[in-house]
Amino acid sequence: MNIRNKKDFGAGIMYMVFGLFFALNALNYKMGTAAKMGPGYFPFWLGAFLAALGFFILLKSMSSKSAEESIGKWDWRIMIWISGSVALYGILLPTLGFLLSVIILVFISASASHEFNWKGSALNALFLVTFTYLAFVKGLNLQFPLYPAFLN
Amino acid sequence: MELLNNLSLGFETAFTLQNLMYCFIGCVLGTLIGVLPGLGPIATIAMLLPATYALPPIAALIMLAGIYYGSQYGGSTTAILLNIPGETSSVVTAIDGYQMAKRGRAGVALFAAGFGSFFAGCVATLLLAAFAAPLAEVAFKFGPAEYFSLMVLGLIGAVVLASGSLIKAIGMILLGLLLGLIGTDVNSGVARYSFDIPQLSDGIGFVSVAMGVFGFAEIMLNLEKKGTGETFLNKVTTLIPTWTDVKRMTPSILRGTTIGSILGILPGGGAALAAFGAYTVEKKSSKYSEEFGKGAIEGVAGPESANNAAAQTSFIPLLTLGIPPNAVMALMVGAMTIHNIQPGPQVMTSNPALFWGLIASMWIGNVMLILLNLPLIGIWVKLLKIPYRLLYPAILVFCCIGVYTVSNSVFDVFVTAGFGVIGYMFFKFGCEPAPLLLGFVLGPMMEENFRRALLLSRGDFTTFITRPLSLGLLVAAALLVVIVALPAIKKSRQEVFSEEL
Repeated sequence: MNIRNKKDFGAGIMYMVFGLFFALNALNYKMGTAAKMGPGYFPFWLGAFLAALGFFILLKSMSSKSAEESIGKWDWRIMIWISGSVALYGILLPTLGFLLSVIILVFISASASHEFNWKGSALNALFLVTFTYLAFVKGLNLQFPLYPAFLN
Repeated sequence: MELLNNLSLGFETAFTLQNLMYCFIGCVLGTLIGVLPGLGPIATIAMLLPATYALPPIAALIMLAGIYYGSQYGGSTTAILLNIPGETSSVVTAIDGYQMAKRGRAGVALFAAGFGSFFAGCVATLLLAAFAAPLAEVAFKFGPAEYFSLMVLGLIGAVVLASGSLIKAIGMILLGLLLGLIGTDVNSGVARYSFDIPQLSDGIGFVSVAMGVFGFAEIMLNLEKKGTGETFLNKVTTLIPTWTDVKRMTPSILRGTTIGSILGILPGGGAALAAFGAYTVEKKSSKYSEEFGKGAIEGVAGPESANNAAAQTSFIPLLTLGIPPNAVMALMVGAMTIHNIQPGPQVMTSNPALFWGLIASMWIGNVMLILLNLPLIGIWVKLLKIPYRLLYPAILVFCCIGVYTVSNSVFDVFVTAGFGVIGYMFFKFGCEPAPLLLGFVLGPMMEENFRRALLLSRGDFTTFITRPLSLGLLVAAALLVVIVALPAIKKSRQEVFSEEL
């Protein structure tokens, strides 16, 4: 087996996983008939179609006629750092409050860059927390837990 | 006469102090994101959507529309001065615009782009006003079968005109449709794919999908490149074109406007495609074709007119049929639903002030934009000096705040973080995310119309091909696929899009 187009190979597997996930779970819902469709009907066929499409792409990626393509470097560090800093913001917001979580978010996300420096990030964090506080909390009157929960 | 009455109603609505102000804010923000590379209109509109909750619907839509067409103006600035397109729709502008700038003609290039955009924007808005009413009449004749077929055509159009692999784009649409089905089924009340997580029974927030897949994934990819952002900036010289310039750019602006207006209406079309189309036409038809790539003014005026015309006319299918032709318009659907407006032909009759006010605001916005972009060009140029290491944490902060305020829950923040990872994966596998977003918005609508059509026909699938309107739409969709599969077209399509990367 020789995978020539690695991008397509990955996409094929991804489509198959998603397709099967949706199609198999649709079996838990009532299917009904075409005239009287249940909640499972449409997602089951869509999912099945997606899985079939994924399988086709997978086969094609291994054919000797397909163009050779590689996926390129997968930068786990940046991916985890960016998504992780956002998830951390979600975890911290209810307990630490708006002001502190914004500062933490700026620092952690900024350190993903190879150009990171403490002074720049500190100024950036200060500017952003002031700006968002004035614009969103004062200006647009959006509701946030502002201060750490233990201070209330 | 009716048109005049409607337009006067529109201007009355748009000329209130509040609406003028939001139009201005939208135009400024649009120019800003257009100028800043690495931040596109989709991510920005998703980011700012929550901020519009507190606004009246008309003000919100005026502002969001301003962001979209404003970004078409701003995108050309960086393309010309830095050779970095601020938006994909300005990629071709960079080819000749940057060459003009290198020869000390940056000002003239900016003028050609700005004036072309202005002219195209005005014409396209007029088209929007003129064609909206008759098209909406047609839409009222549509039954569920027609709507289903129309959505098929729209989605097929989106993949055909998208760059990259056709078959993978179809997969993205299917995945988008499926993700859109998550949540409580309106007919049976069954919570699908929610796995007893209460927040999921309302479905996935479409702000989360758009922000994660476009905003976050874009940041990850930009960081991966490890650029320092230090680039040579061309000086802006005189803005005033010579008589020869005027004579050469006028026909290009007219052609660009025509091409852009048509491609904007087509499903899957939009600003980027229009710009590519116009550049190809200019290059083929120009007497000075040997100058292309070396600073031909036609290569700036044509595409820039086209992308702005398309940005305006892509509102036509949204406002008359309720079907978004591209990902930005899909976000507008979201914005309208948030404000309890069901997009479609009924908007014009049930909410005429909103409809005509939005159209009138586009004219006003175009006037604001030409003032913002030509005399005030110096301010935007300064902005280009903000380094990316300071910019992207700011984007993340705005996204996090925005997504939290959608329903005041951190659950949406986690979902967005997850979609950031998924979006990164999409890119690595060469799967374009725009069709996914379109499918996501259309998913529930499509299922509903599919179900109703088959209910009416008692389960007979031929209903889609025995009703003439529906058949016509499906034939059009099939033709699109066949045309693209033709070897000659396939080759030139690859050529057109190869410049995008």
